[in-house]
Amino acid sequence: MSMLAWKNLFHDRVRLAVTLVGIVFSLVLIVVQFGLFLGFLDTSSNIVAYSGADLWTAAPGIPHVNGGTPLNESLRWKALQVPGVRKVTKFALTFVNWKLPAGSTESVQIAGYELGSGMGGPWNVVRGTESDLAAEDSVFIDELYAAKLGIRALGDSAEVTGRRARVSGFTHGIRSFTTAPYIFTSFKNAQNYARLAEDQTVYFLIRLDPGVNPEVVRSQLRQRLLNADIYTNEEMRRKTMFYWVFQTGAGVTTLMGAILSLIVGAVVVAQTIYSATIDHIREFGTLKAMGAANWVIYQVILLQAAISAVMGYSVAIVVGEFVSHSSQTGNAPINLPPWMAAATFCLALTMCMGASVLSIRKATQIDPAMVFRG
Amino acid sequence: MIQVRNLEKRYGTGSTVVHALRGVDLDVFPGEILMLMGPSGSGKTTLLSMLGCILQASSGSINIDGREIAGLPESRLPALRLSHFGFIFQGFNLFPALSARENVEIGLRLKGIGGGKARRQATDLLDRVGLGDKLDKIPADLSGGQKQRVAIARALAGDPPIILADEPTAALDSHSGTAVMEILASLARKKDRTVVIVTHDNRVLHYADRTVHIADGLIVDHTSQEQAA
Repeated sequence: MSMLAWKNLFHDRVRLAVTLVGIVFSLVLIVVQFGLFLGFLDTSSNIVAYSGADLWTAAPGIPHVNGGTPLNESLRWKALQVPGVRKVTKFALTFVNWKLPAGSTESVQIAGYELGSGMGGPWNVVRGTESDLAAEDSVFIDELYAAKLGIRALGDSAEVTGRRARVSGFTHGIRSFTTAPYIFTSFKNAQNYARLAEDQTVYFLIRLDPGVNPEVVRSQLRQRLLNADIYTNEEMRRKTMFYWVFQTGAGVTTLMGAILSLIVGAVVVAQTIYSATIDHIREFGTLKAMGAANWVIYQVILLQAAISAVMGYSVAIVVGEFVSHSSQTGNAPINLPPWMAAATFCLALTMCMGASVLSIRKATQIDPAMVFRG
Repeated sequence: MIQVRNLEKRYGTGSTVVHALRGVDLDVFPGEILMLMGPSGSGKTTLLSMLGCILQASSGSINIDGREIAGLPESRLPALRLSHFGFIFQGFNLFPALSARENVEIGLRLKGIGGGKARRQATDLLDRVGLGDKLDKIPADLSGGQKQRVAIARALAGDPPIILADEPTAALDSHSGTAVMEILASLARKKDRTVVIVTHDNRVLHYADRTVHIADGLIVDHTSQEQAA
């Protein structure tokens, strides 16, 4: 009966186009909304995700990574005495004002790390090298925020808390969830820009010896560093992500939009598939009158739904990829990782076949005597 | 052979009950062409539907080749329809997306005949109804008479012993109607098939071995060909 399913679909090209438009619209809506939400999740905690640290030491009770307060450097030596700790580096992350060459001011976050430590530095560097950050006034900014920060080219300067900040490199795609972009610089520069005391940092980033259990090390660190909180990198990432996404309106709004898109998409697909099936109701009545069992009719309807889902998905994922790719140069990235593409395929199949179940009920309840009514 | 005894069909209950059939007795024999006639709403299509296991009886008996079918559970009726009956509908009821051959193949596939065998048999059946040159045409490209001949070929798929036809010539001009009736008559005469036809069309009455007139759910008159002559 697969012949009937295929031919039914392709016989009426206009109907097929309408069905596919409905499915594609729904899937693109869902992909964009969920992709936006995933983008938010990534952006909110990227500074942690790319830190390269195994553990974070922070002042007690910080709400998220962007809300750190100063710690005394003396803790570093205590941390280094714990077995399994391989490296401890200082990391500053602080909001400061960036004065544009034109005179206006923007809020930025200074991310100061110890050069050569392999922890806390920029990633996706497209211009400049780490050694360029060794200079006293050198900073890296992201290309996405160059215009916002009044920077047109390498070597342009601005002012941060009364000190010159000269752009010696660019990164690509390092976004901030807040309106304050990240500015990467050496820890020493960051101390100056953030007006931290000589013996202060905001975080210690800890790298462990290979194979050691982070929980065991953390437990020992807690015993030694009484006035600090110790987080695993994943804990810090989740804490930060949860704060920005769920405790601020923006993330919740995006999540609600994603959920709403799922509902709207499901309804549109259900209606589209339902009406496409009902269009053939008389044919299903004929099949029943001829002696087809109900499972034959299920087979035709489900196959039609599955074909529609695969075709709709194929178009939607191309559109989704295009939208996702285009969004990477904007402030709100739409992420479409492979697992989400796979999940969208499963969703398309589920929605189309689920919707067809509604019409199956209708089709199998047809009175076969309808075939004798004109 | 079809034997119908005291067959009744009621719709609704209590004061709203409608009697579509009120105790019909009827015998139809192999090789016979029986025509059911009567005004609209008289119950002839209801009777045809019940003979074809499409509609269930309220009471009474329908015996087909020695097997009682009235009262069988709904779930067993599709298999009976498949094995015993070929249906021809007034509105043709062809699948618009399928070619003439595929429309016939559907009937064969339902009966478990697939692949090349179904294709060959469908081609043969269409040849028999004079549509050997229209195998790949879809219904929209066929005339009314040609569509009905495809429907006949489909009804013949799997060689059922009984053909039930509802107004098979109603939508056709006289030439096409005659062609369709010639095929049905040939089936009855040469292949010993039982053919029951509901019709209003007086032009085709001479093909009938027997004509049964129904009014208000009752058989009011039997006319055999000899009597008509």
